[in-house]
Formats: sequence, C-alpha cells, structure tokens
Amino acid sequence: MKSLGSIRRSFSPWTDPSSKPFISFRNVTKRFGDFVAVDDLSLDIYTREFHALLGASGCGKSTLLRMLAGFEQPTSGEIILDGQNLAGIPPYRRPVNMMFQSYALFPHMTVETNIAFGLKQDGMPKPAIAERVTQMLKLVKMEQFAKRKPHQLSGGQRQRVALARSLAKQPKVLLLDEPLGALDKKLREETQFELMDLQQDLGLTFVVVTHDQEEAMTMADRIAVMAHGKVIQVATPAEIYEAPNSRFVADFIGDVNIFDGTVSRAQASEIRIEADAGFAIEAASSEHPSEGAKAGFAIRPEKIRVGRQVPAGSPVNAAEGELWDIAYLGDMTVYHVKLNSGKVVKASSLNAVRAVEDPLGYDQKVWISFDRDAGVVLKD
Amino acid sequence: MNRLLPAIVNRLVIIIPYAWLLVFFLIPFVIVLRISLSEAAIAMPPYLPVFAWADGLSGFIDNIRQFSFDNYVWLTEDALYTNAYLSSLTIALISTALTLLIAYPIAYGMAKAPATLRPTLLMLVILPFWTSFLIRVYAWIAILKPEGLLNQLLLSVGLISEPLIILNTNTAIYIGIVYSYLPFMVLPLYSTLEKMDHSLTEAAQDLGCTPISAFWRITFPLSLPGVVAGCLLVFIPAVGEFVIPDLLGGSETLMIGKTLWNEFNANRDWPVSSAVAAILLMILVVPIMFFQNAQSRLDREGR
Amino acid sequence: MNRWSRFNIASIVIGFAFLYLPIVLLVVFSFNASKLVTVWAGFSTQWYGQLFRNQALMDAAWVTVRVGLLSATVATVLGTLAALAMTRYQRFHGRVLFSGMIYAPLVMPEVITGLSMLLLFVAIGFDRGFWTLTIAHITFTMCFVAVVIQSRLASFDRSIEEAALDLGATPTATFFQVTLPVIAPAVFSGWVLAFTLSLDDLVISSFTSGPGATTLPMKIYSQVRLGVTPEINAACTILIGIVATGVLITSIVSRRQQIQRERDERAAFAAG
Repeated sequence: MKSLGSIRRSFSPWTDPSSKPFISFRNVTKRFGDFVAVDDLSLDIYTREFHALLGASGCGKSTLLRMLAGFEQPTSGEIILDGQNLAGIPPYRRPVNMMFQSYALFPHMTVETNIAFGLKQDGMPKPAIAERVTQMLKLVKMEQFAKRKPHQLSGGQRQRVALARSLAKQPKVLLLDEPLGALDKKLREETQFELMDLQQDLGLTFVVVTHDQEEAMTMADRIAVMAHGKVIQVATPAEIYEAPNSRFVADFIGDVNIFDGTVSRAQASEIRIEADAGFAIEAASSEHPSEGAKAGFAIRPEKIRVGRQVPAGSPVNAAEGELWDIAYLGDMTVYHVKLNSGKVVKASSLNAVRAVEDPLGYDQKVWISFDRDAGVVLKD
Repeated sequence: MNRLLPAIVNRLVIIIPYAWLLVFFLIPFVIVLRISLSEAAIAMPPYLPVFAWADGLSGFIDNIRQFSFDNYVWLTEDALYTNAYLSSLTIALISTALTLLIAYPIAYGMAKAPATLRPTLLMLVILPFWTSFLIRVYAWIAILKPEGLLNQLLLSVGLISEPLIILNTNTAIYIGIVYSYLPFMVLPLYSTLEKMDHSLTEAAQDLGCTPISAFWRITFPLSLPGVVAGCLLVFIPAVGEFVIPDLLGGSETLMIGKTLWNEFNANRDWPVSSAVAAILLMILVVPIMFFQNAQSRLDREGR
Repeated sequence: MNRWSRFNIASIVIGFAFLYLPIVLLVVFSFNASKLVTVWAGFSTQWYGQLFRNQALMDAAWVTVRVGLLSATVATVLGTLAALAMTRYQRFHGRVLFSGMIYAPLVMPEVITGLSMLLLFVAIGFDRGFWTLTIAHITFTMCFVAVVIQSRLASFDRSIEEAALDLGATPTATFFQVTLPVIAPAVFSGWVLAFTLSLDDLVISSFTSGPGATTLPMKIYSQVRLGVTPEINAACTILIGIVATGVLITSIVSRRQQIQRERDERAAFAAG
C-alpha cells in the first residue's frame, strides 16, 4: 500500500543523463538576518515529477517553496524554471501556482469567484472563465457548492476549493505547502490518492512540502530529505527507506537500529564490522570504508529475526539477549531485545499465522539475527 | 521595466500619513516651543518677534537672538502656575486610582460573565465612549447641583438634612473624571482579564491558595499590562483636562488645562500659554512614551 | 470557581448604572415641561420645537455634520494608510517617531493639540474657519482610525494576499480586491469612530475654528456656561440618539452576521 504511488508506473527521468531538469535550484542560499534558512542548495526537479520536500519544521523546505513561488528572493544562487531564470520576476508573473497550508481562500468571495480569481487577473473572457470554473468544480467534485462562501465549507471541502483555484490557471508547476496538514487522518489518506491521480491525469509537475514522512512516501516520485537548509538525500521513497545515505536519513525515516563498530575487513563487496554491541556484522555494501575506520550498520526492525534457537552462522550477524518488551499490535508484534552488551534492539515480525502456539515471553533468552543484505553500512 | 516607480508608490503608504502628522502634529509643537520664547505684543499675531520668510537666514538668526526665557521665568516665579501644575497632577493621580478601583471589579465581572453575554457587555461599556464628552459632563451638573437630583434623593430619604455642596468642588471633578474615563480603564483591563487562562487560578487553588490569595498572587499580577495601559489612558489626558474642571470645578480649583485656556482666550497672552503648554508637554513626555511602549507591546502580543 | 459570582454581577450592575444613569436622567429631563432641569413638571416636547426654531443652533449643527463627514472620510484614508505602514513595514527610517505620532494624539491633552494647531495656522497665515477645523479634526481622528484598523490587520492572514499575488494579481489589485474588502468592517467602524469623535469635539474645535464655523459642541458649551436648560438637554438627547442608534445598528448587524457565520461553520463542519 505504502509505495503504491511510486511503483505504479515506471518514471525515472533523473536516471537518464540526457533529460533536462524542469526546475533547477543552483547553489541557492537564503539568509534572514543571521539565520541561514537555505544553505547553498542545489536540486533538480523534472517535468511531471511528483517531488516532495521532506523535513522537520525550520529545515528550509517552506522557504525553498516560497522562493520558487516568488515570495522570497534568494540571497545568492539562481532558480531556473523551464530554461528561464526566475530572478526578479514577481510572484504574479510566474507560471507557478501554490496551494497554501491555510488554503488562503478569499473569505469574501464564493467558491466560484475564488476559482475564477486568477483567470480574471489574466483578463480571460467571461464565457471562457465560466467554462473553466465549471470544469474545475467538476474536477474536485464541488459543483453543488459553487455559490458557497469559504466559511460555509468543511475542512476537506476548503482543501478541494484551494486545489481547484490553484489548478485553474493550468500552471506549469503546482506548489503544495503541507496540502493535507489540516485534515484528519482518514480524510488525509483518501486525499493523498486523489492528489496522486490528479497529478497523473493532468500531467503536471508537483512540488509538495511536508513534514509527514508517510505522506511523502505515499505520494512522491522522489523525496528530498532536508535538514538545516541543505538537501541530505534525494531519491525514490524505496531508496530513501532501504538505502539511506546517512545516519540522519536512516533515523529520520521510519524506525531503525544502528550498530556502531570498527571495520575489520573491507573487500570488494563485503564489509566486516566488529560491532560495539559485541558481535560481528558481515554485510554487502556499496560503501567502502577503510579498515580500522569507524562505521555504522543500519537495519530496520522488520528485517531482524527473533528466535530461541541459536541461528546458523552465529556469532556473525547474530547476537544473544533477553526480551525486554513486547508490544502486540495485532498485525505485527514489536520486540525490544536487550543484548548482553546492554544495547536495546528493536525487531518486529508480521503475525502471518493466527495464534502462535508458544509465544515468546518476557525475560526469555532469545537470539536476534539478520541477513547480510538486510541493512546498510553507513560511513561516519 | 522601471522598477523605481513601484518602490515609490509602495512607500507612499508611509510617506502620506507620515507627512501629514509631521506637518499638523509635530511641527505645531515646534511652533509652540518657539512662541513660548517670544514676548507678548498687542498685534496680530499677538507676539514678538514675528518671523517673516522674506527676511531669509539673517532674519532667522536675528529672530533667534531675540528669544527670551522670560515666560518660563515668569511661570516658575508665579505660584499660581506651579500650584496649577501640582494640583493637576494630584487630581489626575487620585482620579486615576479611583477609576482603577471602580473599573477593576467591572472588568473582572465582565471577563467572568457567560461567553454569550460578553459581547453585549462590551458594547455597553463602549457605547458611552461614543457619546459626547461634553454632554456626559453636562449631565452631572443637574445631578450634583445643591438643588440637584442627588440632593433631592438624599434629602427625601432622610440621609441628610441639608443639601451637600458637591458641584464646584474637587469632589465633582473626581466624579467627572472617573465617570468620563471609566471606559478607557475598563477596556484594557477586560481584554487582559478575558484572555487569561482560568485554569491558572484553579491550579493555584489546587495548590492551596484561597480564592482571595489566588486573585492577588495570580490574576492581578497577570493583569498588570492592562492596569498600566488603563492608568496611562486615564492619567495623561486627565492632567490636561479642561472641560471637567471648567464645568464641574469651582473658581478655586486650579487645573493647568483651564489655566492655559484662560491665558489664551481671556488674557490673549499667546507666549505665556505656549510656555504653559510646553511645560505640560515636558511633564507628560515620559508617561506618553510609556504609553506608546505599552501599547505597541500589546499590539505585538495581539498578533 | 469560574462561576459568575454575586459580587461579579453586583459590580457590573452598579458600574453600568453609574455609566448610564446620568445620561438617562439627561434624556428624561429633556421632556420636562418645566424650565427647571431638576424638578419634573410633566411631559412635553416643547424644547425640541424650540430647538429647531433656534437658527444659530441649526447652523452650528450643519457645520458640525459637514466637518464630520469630510474629516472622517479623509481621516479614514490617512488612518488606513498609517495602519498599513505600521503593520506591513517593520523597519523604516523614523518608525519610532511615526508610531509616537500615532499613539500620542490618543492621550494628548486636547488643550495642547488645539493650541499647537492654532499656532501653526497663524504662523502660516491660514485663515481660521471651516478648513482649519476640518484639518484639525482629520489630524486627531486619523490616529484613532489607525489604531482600530491596525488591530484588525494584526490578525490578518497574510497568506490570502500571497495567494492573490500567486494567482496573478498585481500588488495594487491585491490591495483593492482582497485586502480592502476583508478589512472593510474595521475601516467602516474606523470611519464611524472618526465621525463621532469629530461630532463631539469641543476643545480642539474651539482653538482651531474661526468666525462662521461654530460647531454644535461649541454652541452647547457657550450656553451651558450660562446655565442648564432643557433646550440643551433636548439638543444633547438628539445627538445621543443619533450616535446611539448608529452604533447599535452597526453592532447588531455585525453580531447577527457573526452568529450566522458561526451557524454556517457548524453546519459545514457537521456535513463534513
């Protein structure tokens, strides 16, 4: 379910060196006084891409979006859109439209006039405006609410109007600032898929800012994970999850266990790390730290097995400990295993079989184990 | 495109009101200061020296040479003025304290009123503010007169045997100031009290405070910004009040606003009245700056 | 604990009685048949008739209304600009002085403001009359307007302006199509406030007006000095009546709108 958006079509212009990016941030820096909101950032976004800027609040993601919309000017660097340098172009002359976090619907106008607002500014003839508004209302299934004012709408309806208004001018790029932030969980999940379908059908480029990793994972073709004004990693959701390029990304997205240790052998495709937790890790790796260097091994909880038997290959990729905590969540169970070294490891397993005969209990001695390609080696 | 033009148009938002206030609010004060340094004369305008633009720079310098501090010396030497300043400050101070004392329970009661009732109560407090100051002061004459309504009432109930003399005394001035400025005190108090989190006093009581000590230790300190704003809103204009002492006060009541008015309208001594105004302004500069600070802080918090 | 205690109710009742009783008495005695304003001698509207036959008073009322309409309108424009300057430009040269000039007139004793403006008009050789009166009223009322609008702008959601810019509206179009309509209620109440302040002013008017530009408060004041008469009560009652109806109507309308709005919001929320 989670990565439906990314696997339903094969779309990866960023792997093709001949394709030209549609939006380019080139060494963009933005300072507010002493505060550096965006720090020498470069990022390419491609036509028809659904691109998510993901990060905690204050990481610079919104500033980046606002620079693209034209509400902020970069302190240095340039932003190129479809071959045009955007420097000095005011927001009202940019071929991008934005959907605001607060929706920013005009409170004194009806749904209809809100949607028509941008078209009127362009001096579009009245019949054409009416036609486009009808089309937009239909698109977001709000036909029967055309004459209402924003305060007569529910949160979900307002969100749809905001979307229709920002799409009405058929912008080259739609910017979405926390588009689902104000909706409750259920509505948010439904709307995620609607947004994805819409983007696909209209063939638009979407740039969405979010702090919600699940939202980013669900919707985006690629995610740029941001922190302190920099992009830490840009990759597809699967790559971000399975092959984080840093401790920050590994830690930021989902649950992760990180074993620190020293590299004792570094061969072409295999690394051996003597973990501080008292066992050896042998892993496949594309990273090649030198022998004797410090390194980390990141592994997701669901890729760790927990069992009573001593695993084959022990003591490599296996360690002994006791069960510290068990959280039964119905579809899966999460175990906290305290290794003999004292390190607590999180492991989870799907409850694929109903009613386990002999479930693992508290304080039992157990072994954890994992495969050599189950995690990633992170250089320090 | 010409990018300079929008910038200037943009700035007009600031420039137009700024220029208006400079010309019609600030420069007049400079003129007051300047005339306070001139001598009275029987002429129009009734002061000397008169500066004429035609005299140019040399005329201007000559003009400055003729400035004298005589008016200020005269003001400090004449006990009438010193007393008027002192009694204005005293009256304003006492009335401010009285207004606070009366306004606080009202504002507190309003803040605790059911939420549905609050807008109505608020409107009822604001409403008198929209009716003429002069009319509201005038209404009290008929009440406070020796044969007025208050005395009639008190006599008929038998509380007093002969009419109280209230009109044309300082008591009448206090009543007038408290009455006229009450909304100015209630409004800032109400807005700080209304915003206050009720669970704070509940927490204090939960931790062992009696309701009264919870009020003094929690509610009152937290309402201080409103108290300060309200007191300044009453005190500053009350110091220079003219209508109230003129209509309700007696001939022996000295208030500087009245003195200035008389100096200007009856004696036609413009330089002296300018000096009176200049000194009053200097006395009030500090409280006005306090007020401006308090006000902009409240505005920022309102955001 | 958060109950409305007897003490709370009593303080409100007594406080409001104190605020309203004098005005009520004044209104009641304007219908007194006797010439005395302290002894009730039966109902009569004779003083109102006399009032309307008093040509000098009527002339003064006409001047007052003209000054009020003109000054309130100009003050609203200037006050709106000032409020925009204060909220939209966090830094500019002389901002402290500017905010000082906005706030100071709110508390400045009127004798000082009046005297200083008079001296300005004399210094530049501007004949005192209708226009000096209007300028003086604009100056002190625009600050009240600025404060009213400023507090509305402080809670204004700037993102709707950004949305307008984003949809292709120029800054000027954004101001007139989005900002102004949204703050219109505050602009309107600013105008009403300026108008009533102008209508009521005595001290500043006395300093800055000249021959032929006597306002109603000036006229009333000169008669009050000679003694309290039912005729003045009648004039005051009419003034109070005009202002009170105006304020009541606007506040009832805005309250109705708000209740309707809250009802709509609840309905929309329930409908999901």
